[in-house]
Amino acid sequence: MTEFIFFINQVVIAGAVLGCIYALGAIGITLIFGILRFAHFAHSELMTSGAFFAFLLAMLFTSWGISTPIPTGFVVLPIAMVLSAIFALGIDKGFYAPLRKRGARPVILLIASIGVTLMVQGLIRLFFGAGSYSFFETETKDVFRIDTSFLGSTRPLVITEPQLLMIVVTVISVLALHFFLTRSRLGKAMRAMADNADLAQVSGINTTLVVRVTWVVAGALACMAGTMLALDVTLKPDLAFNIIIPIFAAAIVGGLGQAYGAIAGGLLIGFAESLAVFNWTMVLRPLNAVLPEWLQVPPQLALVPTEYKLTVAFVILVVVLLVRPTGIFKGASS
Amino acid sequence: MIRRSLTLFAGLFVLILATGWLMGLPFTSSRLVEAAAYSLIALGLNIQWGYGGLFNFGIMGFLMLGGFAVTFISYPVNPQFWGSDGPWMLGRALIAFAAGALLVIGARKSDRLGIRGGWKTFVTVLAWFVAYCIYRSQLDPAAAYIESAAGGGWIGGLGAHPVLGWLFGGVLAAVIAFIVGKIALGLRTDYLAIATIGISEIIRALIKNMDWLTRGTLTVSPIPWPTPLPQDYQATGSDITSSLLLARGGYLLLALVVLGICLWLISRAYAGPWGRMMRAIRDNHIAAASMGKNVTARQLEIFVFGSVLMGIGGAMLVSFTQIFDPSSYQPINHTFLIWVMIIVGGAGNNWGAVFGAVLIWLVWVISEPLSKVIFDFVSYWSTNTGWGAIPEIESRSAQMRVFVLGLVITIALRFAPKGLIPEVVRRDA
Repeated sequence: MTEFIFFINQVVIAGAVLGCIYALGAIGITLIFGILRFAHFAHSELMTSGAFFAFLLAMLFTSWGISTPIPTGFVVLPIAMVLSAIFALGIDKGFYAPLRKRGARPVILLIASIGVTLMVQGLIRLFFGAGSYSFFETETKDVFRIDTSFLGSTRPLVITEPQLLMIVVTVISVLALHFFLTRSRLGKAMRAMADNADLAQVSGINTTLVVRVTWVVAGALACMAGTMLALDVTLKPDLAFNIIIPIFAAAIVGGLGQAYGAIAGGLLIGFAESLAVFNWTMVLRPLNAVLPEWLQVPPQLALVPTEYKLTVAFVILVVVLLVRPTGIFKGASS
Repeated sequence: MIRRSLTLFAGLFVLILATGWLMGLPFTSSRLVEAAAYSLIALGLNIQWGYGGLFNFGIMGFLMLGGFAVTFISYPVNPQFWGSDGPWMLGRALIAFAAGALLVIGARKSDRLGIRGGWKTFVTVLAWFVAYCIYRSQLDPAAAYIESAAGGGWIGGLGAHPVLGWLFGGVLAAVIAFIVGKIALGLRTDYLAIATIGISEIIRALIKNMDWLTRGTLTVSPIPWPTPLPQDYQATGSDITSSLLLARGGYLLLALVVLGICLWLISRAYAGPWGRMMRAIRDNHIAAASMGKNVTARQLEIFVFGSVLMGIGGAMLVSFTQIFDPSSYQPINHTFLIWVMIIVGGAGNNWGAVFGAVLIWLVWVISEPLSKVIFDFVSYWSTNTGWGAIPEIESRSAQMRVFVLGLVITIALRFAPKGLIPEVVRRDA
């Protein structure tokens, strides 16, 4: 049983946490792709800047002496999400809207989003330097150790408070997004526009409003993903820049333009990454007692070495692009 | 048009002179050598994006391949490795790789044995897995042995002339580009961009972590120069500054010769039927296909050609700095920078690509000292008004480069979307 609990700790929890973050980022990318038809590279900077908004707010709250039982990062999350949504709207108005008005091709918008990435990245580094910050300098990161001895395990089930909250918050926001997309008028308009922009416009849908709502949703979710990633690890200026490709991989694996596909893709990539670097020896070691001498389990038996963890997502991406370019959920094709 | 280009190049020349006057000749001379290498890389991207409309965001990977190639070819031989069991173990790993490849190819052809549909997929996946396990089972012990003291640490180089290394960089980049192109060129632009980024990240992870092959983060130095080093001139009695300038001048001359040959060849190809066909494919690949052009093959061709130049340029950069450090490669410095060069210079115009490369490289290297001066000034002013000085000016001004790069590309897209020296479309009457 110890091995099973170890497996849960190393694969299920780590994969779920990573998957939640990928999924939240990928939803934004996939929505923007569905509505505006371009791959938005600057999404990583929306995530990072959102995390920095939350960090500044958390410092402000701490200096005011406000303390709550849950980590301050989660308390300030709604305000940071609003700020991020405004920030995303501003970026669209300042950089993408003029290009769209000129009728630039999606490829040009993609390059413009790289320009935005560089500018925001530069600004963040200008103000915060290249060092890393932690949300937990003034408060402690609670770690729950659930005793599993009744299952016959010697190891406890370990999950930190931010991780637990993260999974809960992600589930809630995904459900909220689901109801928004399927029940509300605006959400239906978004789906209609993602399906066929011209048809949506002639049927009287306010496309400008839909574009704005897309940026609000994408910005808010990006802020959520960035903050939760910063809560789980540490906050640094290239926080999300390094994981933007796994997030794109998640969006593509799920099918670009498909919000549910993005969630599935995010979880898939998250679990695949943690499963690929999992050291199977820990689980298979009891077999050593029954196996013959020449077939002992080696001390390291992971599918890929830990230093190649990030490449797992790229390999999945390439394989999916080869085998099924439209993704699992049949997204926008060629 | 010609007058505009000449004015721009004259302006660039003035900028170079100003840099030389402000920053000193040693600084400027080495920046110019790097600018020549970047021009070559930008030409490579210009072939891919400007001629062919292919979205390659994996430039970093090709530069790393070039850097590795020149390290491998020109670094002195490591006798300890060749005297140990290492080569034999690597040979076995190679045989295992070949066996695995045969297995996979066999599985892909298994429909000839009557295995079809889902079973064929299953057999293929199983073959991939088994091949991977066989390869890992041979490679892992070999890598561990070579990295240990007995195996010599790493395989070392071949001790050949660096120019051969540049050529090998081109060849290696071509081989990888062929494989990448086969995989990814069927995809549309956005997907191609993401796929190439992914592949370049895989290349980076491999080169960074295969310590037995590249020494990874331990870095390799000093890599020999193709031309005499400053130390050689000093040995013959020159003083430090003039020997530095002579040595760098020699390197710059060699780089310019390579650049000139490439530029001449490309311009000839571009002006000929081949160039017209490529533009036709870029502008409307369906029409081009209906005229009987093999679009996929031509795009693969152009992708490989562009990557060759990137490989050579990457090799030139590494042999100039004399150190191969895989962890110094970043997407911002080695992929996006090149894109900014092309967008600002003008996609589809070779002179535009060269102009953009030199200009953006100078902007990139100058913006750090320039922002330091500005920050110092602002800091002096704010100290006088009682607001206190700006902390950590050094590291902050280093970060300004990224911001300036983003600003430049944004302005260029907004106000000069075709670049400063746009593509000339010749229309014969």
